[in-house]
Amino acid sequence: MRIALFATCIVDAMYPSTARATVKILERLGHEVLFPAGQACCGQMHTNSGYFDAARKVAANHVEAFESVEYDVAVAPSGSCVASVKHQHPMLAERAGDAGLAERATAVGAKTYELTQLLVDVLDITDAAEQLGSWFPHTITYHPSCHGMRLLRLGDRQLDLLKTVGGIDVVELPEADQCCGFGGTFSMKNSQVSTAMLEDKAENIRSTGAGLCSGGDASCLLHIGGGLSRAGAAAGTLHLAEILASTLEDPAEAPSTTTGATR
Amino acid sequence: MSAREEIMSRIRTALSDAPAVPEVQRTYRRTSEMSREQLIEQLVDRLVDYKANVDVVPAADAAATIAARLSAATSYVVPAGLDEAWLAEVPAGTRRVVDSAEQPASVADLDAIDAVVTASAVSVSESGTIILDGSATQGRRAISLVPDQHVCVVPASTIVQLLPEALPRMDVTRPQTWISGPSATSDIELERVEGVHGPRILDVVILEDA
Amino acid sequence: MSSTFVGMPTLPSQRGHGNLHAEEPFPQAATRELGNTQLRANLRHATHTIRDKRLNVVGELPDWEDLRQAGSDTKDAVMADLPAKLEEFEANFTARGGVVHWARDAEEANRIVTDLVRETGSEEVVKVKSMATQEIGLNEHLEEQGIAAFETDLAELIVQLGDDKPSHILVPAIHKNRTEVRDIFLQEMPEVDPALTDNPAELAMAARAHLRKKFLGAKVAISGANFALADTGTLGVVESEGNGRMCLTLPETLITVMGIEKVLPTAQDLEVFMQLLPRSSTGERMNPYTSLWTGVTEGDGPQNVHIVLLDNGRTNALADKYGRTALNCIRCSACMNVCPVYERTGGHAYGSTYPGPIGAILSPLMTGIEAEDNGSLPYASSLCGACYDACPVKINIPDILVHLRGEDVKAQHEASRVPTEMDVLMKGAEIALSSGKVLNLMEKALPLGRLVAGRDKKIKKLPGKLAGAWTSSRDIPAPPAQSFRDWWKKEGRA
Repeated sequence: MRIALFATCIVDAMYPSTARATVKILERLGHEVLFPAGQACCGQMHTNSGYFDAARKVAANHVEAFESVEYDVAVAPSGSCVASVKHQHPMLAERAGDAGLAERATAVGAKTYELTQLLVDVLDITDAAEQLGSWFPHTITYHPSCHGMRLLRLGDRQLDLLKTVGGIDVVELPEADQCCGFGGTFSMKNSQVSTAMLEDKAENIRSTGAGLCSGGDASCLLHIGGGLSRAGAAAGTLHLAEILASTLEDPAEAPSTTTGATR
Repeated sequence: MSAREEIMSRIRTALSDAPAVPEVQRTYRRTSEMSREQLIEQLVDRLVDYKANVDVVPAADAAATIAARLSAATSYVVPAGLDEAWLAEVPAGTRRVVDSAEQPASVADLDAIDAVVTASAVSVSESGTIILDGSATQGRRAISLVPDQHVCVVPASTIVQLLPEALPRMDVTRPQTWISGPSATSDIELERVEGVHGPRILDVVILEDA
Repeated sequence: MSSTFVGMPTLPSQRGHGNLHAEEPFPQAATRELGNTQLRANLRHATHTIRDKRLNVVGELPDWEDLRQAGSDTKDAVMADLPAKLEEFEANFTARGGVVHWARDAEEANRIVTDLVRETGSEEVVKVKSMATQEIGLNEHLEEQGIAAFETDLAELIVQLGDDKPSHILVPAIHKNRTEVRDIFLQEMPEVDPALTDNPAELAMAARAHLRKKFLGAKVAISGANFALADTGTLGVVESEGNGRMCLTLPETLITVMGIEKVLPTAQDLEVFMQLLPRSSTGERMNPYTSLWTGVTEGDGPQNVHIVLLDNGRTNALADKYGRTALNCIRCSACMNVCPVYERTGGHAYGSTYPGPIGAILSPLMTGIEAEDNGSLPYASSLCGACYDACPVKINIPDILVHLRGEDVKAQHEASRVPTEMDVLMKGAEIALSSGKVLNLMEKALPLGRLVAGRDKKIKKLPGKLAGAWTSSRDIPAPPAQSFRDWWKKEGRA
């Protein structure tokens, strides 16, 4: 299968190792991965901040970038950005009366999958250790990001895959379904409320005793990791793609917030 | 221009884009297959959960059961159409007031009465709801409200499982009271406690063969 | 639809007045409320209690999603055909001896109610909890006119006695814990036993004793309504304590104030909404008491029965095609009970009578986004979507929040040409993020970020109000040496 990678802006710029892990997983399964060079961002930050005109330009760029190459499916290591591509891009175009862009955006959205959606629903991966060779001998906990959970209805796909990684110990996160408080510019405009939510999330993570918290959205992990780091917690965050890509021969290091994103 | 005309005009303007009128699909459960025993069992379960007292008895025992429930009362009120036979065993010393729209008891009278006995129109087992519709066997709404104890008779033949099964049996233009347990409140810390302004005691007498 | 109004002038929708406004920007109010640790603890306890209860009783029904869909479609259908439904309700309610009044706004509704009370000669009224009368500030208005209004719902009583404001639409005193309630009762109920404890059952008994005489002697009651049935002219009130039954049954005069959006097409619709509402609001299979009345019933209940149909900005909400489904709200409060923002700030932070997620859309839709500080309300959400999942009539609150943010940005840009900090940030991001080439150029500066991060590889403080707000409680890791895009290219891959 030819799979187009939508890295997402935050992974591209801040967590390139997550995108490289995504490539590793897909290539290990024998698929061809391509990276449409024109891609930048899904525009979600603009949309959710009410800047629809700007968001539409960002969305149009995405549509164009993912129309410019031939592929079977597109994949992103993010529930939130995929939800934006699928739901918000057509909405932005329709509101501006651009039926043509709406139709094109819908077509691109229909071919776009969140990573575990692709792995489970399309590529029939149910056992990460066996089918991907995943090996990660650490105790982790897992935060299901809101948009993956509620907009894409990912259910237990992410958690189930993590649980099948070799050597891993996944401990349940109390109040896992509660938002971490990120919410894009919400964390700036309503920073205090966001912080109160983040503190509770960090406390719940700490209570599990796990060395790190995984999840499927780099933005939430950036937020949670930032809170854990400021609180001086021992635990850090790591995207699930890096755990799935980790093998006995090529292991991912369990990060700690004291080292930052270096790889 | 009257307020009515102006509001109607505003609404029409607001709807000038002619939004679609969806057709309502009633795909939810509208019929059930529960046996009479199952219906009784479910209704009892719900009512007990609401802290109501429940007796399930043959119709022949109705009078004895009602009398036992009224044992602490010194007075009680009944609607004019209530089955006399149900009251046959209430001790003669317990003051009985018969109420009707034509000869209503005053609010002050009702406040001085300990209990009320009524029949009921239809009950919904899934939600534990007993519906009174103000007909002659159930009386004016005030009588089942002001006294502190409500003894309510539910013939098993009037129990359905689902609310959608109950509605066709009801005339909503009659003054209705749906009762699901004694009065309660969740207003303090969202924890339910029973007993506020409505009757604090709800005794339900289910007649299993009526 | 009726043809009665053919040829009438086309009037624009009107904005709502009354208690529908944030009195200060939400972030400012929220920050203050967050500082109240007792409030935080009370809210956390109460919202978590109700969440579990709701999940249990909702999970019991195998057809919950079918009910939600039917509820949502029914409401959409009503709104699309509202004039006809209102006319039908009016005709049926009137035929049964009720009197229908129409109020364009809060002021008119207050005037109508006051006149109706005056006609009875009574100088006091008992009240059933009603959001509509809270919205129009009826109690305050009546007081100015020399009419005493007694709230009879336990929580409303707590709020009224404590000279407080409601902070939740179902449980207006949710911000008070049992000890605080006891203290209010001890102070404000002269007859109460000084040994009163903070046991909720005992507190409920104190309320019963306090209000009993009022109920038995009341001549006039004022209520809201949970719904009006068009095909029969029936009104319904859903409650728990029996205070509703007292008000709806014992007085001679009953005046109901209801928003025009509360009408349902048929009596059959009760089978949907009376399953959705109690399970979503108090987390019960059914609320203890529901009363239905259709105009006047001879010999049973009030013989002088009125309804005031209220616009007060509802037509303004209806005119917004992206926001009008907010009017489908049945006031269950499930959205605020599951909202992580509401849980931490409480209802007072929203200013309006309608707090929480639904309030954050309903208030600005009714008043217009420019009204006072209501433009700050749609941002009072992380868009986590818990409210949409919990809503029994499937109002897509997150989508409407985003829509209203767009309206706010538009309104701000129309009001001022001076770009805000957010404008500058968004413009910069727009340029960077609408082209892979430009983003690639910007990413060349990533090593600079590593320099800023320094030895511990963390960025701890950024300049500016917005970015600075982020780093007030969160570190940012040092950026990588090269972007993924750059790595991909250097690997020589396509």
